[in-house]
Amino acid sequence: MESKNILIVGVGGQGTLLTSRIVGKVALDAGFDVKLSEVHGMAQRGGSVVTHVRYGEKVNAPLVEIGEADVILSFEKLETSRYAHYLKQGGTIIANVQEIDPMPVVIGAAKYPSGIVEGLQETKEVVAVNALEEAKKLGNIKVVNTFVLGVLAQYLHFEKNEWILAIEQTVPKKSIDLNIKAFETGFNFRKGE
Amino acid sequence: MKRLMLGNEAIAQGAYEAGVTVGVGYPGTPSTEILENFVKYDGVSAEWAPNEKVALEVGIGASFAGARTLVTMKHVGVNVAADPLFTVAYTGVNGGLVMIAADDPGMHSSQNEQDTRALARAAHVPVLEPSDSSEAKEFLKLAYELSEEYDTPVIFRTTTRIAHAQGIVEIQDKVNVPLKEYTKDIMKNVMMPGMAIKRHLIVEDREKRMAIAANTMSINKIEYKDKKIGVITSGIPYQYVKDALPNASVLKLGMVNPLPRTLIEEFAKNVETLYLVEELEPIFEEQIKSWGIKAIGKEILTVQGEYSANLLARTIGGMQIETEKPAELPGRPPVLCPGCPHRGVYYTLKKLGIHATGDIGCYTLGALPPLQGIDTCICMGASIGMIHGMEKARGREFTKDWVAIIGDSTFLHTGVNGLINLVYNQGTSTVMILDNSTTGMTGHQEHAATGKTLDGNATYAIDIPSLIKSIGVKHVIMADPFDTKALEKIIKTEVARDEASVIIVKAPCELLDKTTKRIPVEIDQDKCKQCYICTKPGCPAIIKAEDGTVSINTALCSGCELCSGICPFKAIEKVGK
Repeated sequence: MESKNILIVGVGGQGTLLTSRIVGKVALDAGFDVKLSEVHGMAQRGGSVVTHVRYGEKVNAPLVEIGEADVILSFEKLETSRYAHYLKQGGTIIANVQEIDPMPVVIGAAKYPSGIVEGLQETKEVVAVNALEEAKKLGNIKVVNTFVLGVLAQYLHFEKNEWILAIEQTVPKKSIDLNIKAFETGFNFRKGE
Repeated sequence: MKRLMLGNEAIAQGAYEAGVTVGVGYPGTPSTEILENFVKYDGVSAEWAPNEKVALEVGIGASFAGARTLVTMKHVGVNVAADPLFTVAYTGVNGGLVMIAADDPGMHSSQNEQDTRALARAAHVPVLEPSDSSEAKEFLKLAYELSEEYDTPVIFRTTTRIAHAQGIVEIQDKVNVPLKEYTKDIMKNVMMPGMAIKRHLIVEDREKRMAIAANTMSINKIEYKDKKIGVITSGIPYQYVKDALPNASVLKLGMVNPLPRTLIEEFAKNVETLYLVEELEPIFEEQIKSWGIKAIGKEILTVQGEYSANLLARTIGGMQIETEKPAELPGRPPVLCPGCPHRGVYYTLKKLGIHATGDIGCYTLGALPPLQGIDTCICMGASIGMIHGMEKARGREFTKDWVAIIGDSTFLHTGVNGLINLVYNQGTSTVMILDNSTTGMTGHQEHAATGKTLDGNATYAIDIPSLIKSIGVKHVIMADPFDTKALEKIIKTEVARDEASVIIVKAPCELLDKTTKRIPVEIDQDKCKQCYICTKPGCPAIIKAEDGTVSINTALCSGCELCSGICPFKAIEKVGK
């Protein structure tokens, strides 16, 4: 199998790191070679963050190249746009439509762009989800992660129980049930709903 | 057992498996997680030193005493540790001594992108370089064997994409390495001219012997494929080469100093065109070319930033890779967190029109809009020396509207030396220590004034005000960063003073306390006159809508009430207060 390339993007503090580690664990347990590249340090202070996940029979570089991502999982709308050029032809973007103003917008030096998802949809397959809304419905905004992970799982070839096992082993004990529920909601989410 | 591990975790695991019992370092991205993981193993001593020079000296002592020892730092930390490094290269070791130097090509979290290999060559210290997590663990174990066999410290060089990338690692058992016997040997361990002259000969001989051994070391290996293109590479660029040029022949160097000349000459003879692929400086390129070997390197490859498979496919593979251009978008630079105690300081300095020499830490982010509170940033501890230099160059009048800004961990690192100098040489400047009770930017490491050690145990906390007073600063003032009115008064008084003074602005990092429930503030829209003063400190939780109204993002707000304090109309209050 050629290696599968996933880019997970968002804003520092949104939980992209934990999500990528669950994906890494599922791939490892399924017997694949896995590499992840993370961002620590200065970039975590509310800056733009990107985590690369690659798995397959043999993975060399831990980084996904521009134009080579099979899936881009984005936690924030502006960040979706920032990394969209990483998508390969025929790839899929899973985009949480949440907006977080970056500092240039906060201080009025720039405007938050409008029509991001619509613009990308002209040339790319974009699955837009309102993860914050879904998480609120589930009763805890902290499960935004596991909801979008569920949506991502639809596009990867691991079994549902493999995901659930990885989630059980990764999230805090008392929140396992809620996270699995959020994952299942995402897993059953259908485009356009 | 197989596990996914960060390069830094794999290094900690490798040190444990190699029987290392002493670990010491100073936090610095991308090296920090090594000691944070190493401390978790049984039977080891691991600690944070105030700076990298002290860390290496502790490491040398532990090695002389017979223990296998791990010292960790980022690339710029190697500069601080360079003094002991260049001389321990002469003395050699007793227990194996390995120093991790984490370079940061592309400067993800650094002030420069210097190449540690250049410094290592100058110091005549061997350098090993892994290309993923698995090698990080295996090469480290080999580094200890080499260190003891050749009686030399070894530098273990990583880069961000090794340190902060995860890969599969096979967990193995630890070997028990007994402490080596300590014997007094002044010819080896006391470096005075008479002894050092003799040791220098040994260093030279050692390097020659290692260079010969390098030709047959398992970590320097040739992978012959199509011989039209041959590539000599090491570290993370090896992975890019494998992705971009899967059919090329490759000589992968696991030891990048000294170089295996015979092996390189043999490889060069067997390939049609030889490429040299190394991020940053042309370290092996210059050596290889000096032997008369024809090769292509920095003629087509940059000395700046990180490489990628696409870059190598284009430049060496001659491939046309069409990629989309990134969209032009507002940037998202890192920012001071909501509730960050540094924000009130910068807001006040800006209001007063005061310049600052800056330093290294989260507070360096205060250089960016809208706060724009610092004029300079060079290295750890530089702010205090620099403000004193400005005063000496342009006189007291010039620095009357200047302060030096430095954090608590950075002050103890090397700032304190600058303050000693300032007092000794009768400087009159004002230093502001932004004391948030932690090493913030690297992710909350303890230091000598926090009262806790790396393993979480309670210890004596250095009293920073007493320390400063003992240096001879007569005016040491404590301040609260959220009470900007009082802070303003203090700053005005102290910068005007014709004597040195230190303002300690003390409030813990907002992210430290995870137990207290945050009560956010809200804006009373009836009282709000839309003067926008509250937006000036640049808090990410304050949102100005297109219709001009200002509101609080209560999910982000920490309830620090900095904005409540500066609102002239008392329109911002805690909900339910």
